[in-house]
Amino acid sequence: MLVTVRVQRFNPETDSKPYYQEYTVEVEPTDRVLDALNYIKWYHDGTLTFRRSCAHGVCGSDAMRINGRNRLACKVLIKDLGPKITVEPLLGFRIIRDLVVDMEPFFAQYRAVMPYLINDEPPPVRERLQSPEERELYDDTTKCILCACCTSACPIFWTTEWLGPAAIVNAHRFLFDSRDRATEERLAILNQKFGVWRCRTIFNCTEACPRGIQVTNAIEQVKRRILFEQS
Amino acid sequence: MTTETAREVRQVSSRGLGAYRGYRPPPGMISWALHRVTGLGVLLFLLLHIVDIFLVNYGPETFNELLFLYRHPVFRIGEIVLVAGLYYHAANGVRIILIDFWPQAYRYERQLFYGVIAVFLLAFVPTAILMIRAILV
Repeated sequence: MLVTVRVQRFNPETDSKPYYQEYTVEVEPTDRVLDALNYIKWYHDGTLTFRRSCAHGVCGSDAMRINGRNRLACKVLIKDLGPKITVEPLLGFRIIRDLVVDMEPFFAQYRAVMPYLINDEPPPVRERLQSPEERELYDDTTKCILCACCTSACPIFWTTEWLGPAAIVNAHRFLFDSRDRATEERLAILNQKFGVWRCRTIFNCTEACPRGIQVTNAIEQVKRRILFEQS
Repeated sequence: MTTETAREVRQVSSRGLGAYRGYRPPPGMISWALHRVTGLGVLLFLLLHIVDIFLVNYGPETFNELLFLYRHPVFRIGEIVLVAGLYYHAANGVRIILIDFWPQAYRYERQLFYGVIAVFLLAFVPTAILMIRAILV
């Protein structure tokens, strides 16, 4: 199957602004977009730059805009896209080169919510017990791989500095964990001007998440928790 | 060092309003964009409305003189657009309240949006017919 891949290119040392370049490649319908990009890089144009690591939808490196929506290149099959494919870098970040963007602001947001278990109580003789029901409360948000598909699909994030969906998902993972003791500190961070209240329930994050996390629902749960517990 | 400065100069990011064009909007994004546009439109009318009501202070003559504006055909068509904006903003506002306070609403986010469009059409089409008739006579 012959497909035309239109890739947004940008080299900061030679180009003044991004431009598009088309490549025609022979692929199997069951190949993934990542396979097409690898084929271009290995046999057509070695200067094409993109991130990828595990290539199996777990590491979250190859998040990019595929036909205008945020997807992992290693999880989208060519047959679901048709013969014309447009690949662009994630929105809302500085472009380092071609499809590689500067994710540092994204990880700064992530670190801001204290994404680790906080519990100063002396550990019990055995494990800190948790019932299956308690575990179920935050099961969905444990699935995050920090690929930034959700945050860079958020129209609010494109124009405003705010925590963004991914950071809130990871805050939710500890807020709803019965073993964690930093609820108040975390809710205080999320209750700030640029915390959860910037969310306008657009649902772009949920649509984009390659792990199927109900991102907007997690944000709404945090909002309700602040509303009913803090006031 | 020279390449370093070149990098400084050619910083390209896709932040700002231009980013809206770069994303193929899912239904939720369309509902949000319409909500913003209709909200701003209604606000604009509200400002005008405050000004015209304020003119009552200067006596009935001043107030009546302004009313020619509201009888102008362009304004009367604009009124139909205003009603459309109001109806959409109201219906989608209820949808947003449901998403915020009904914990299961996220499961039906799309269906709720199609419901908003249905409610909007049911309310707007008869109103628009009545308003167009009023303009024509």
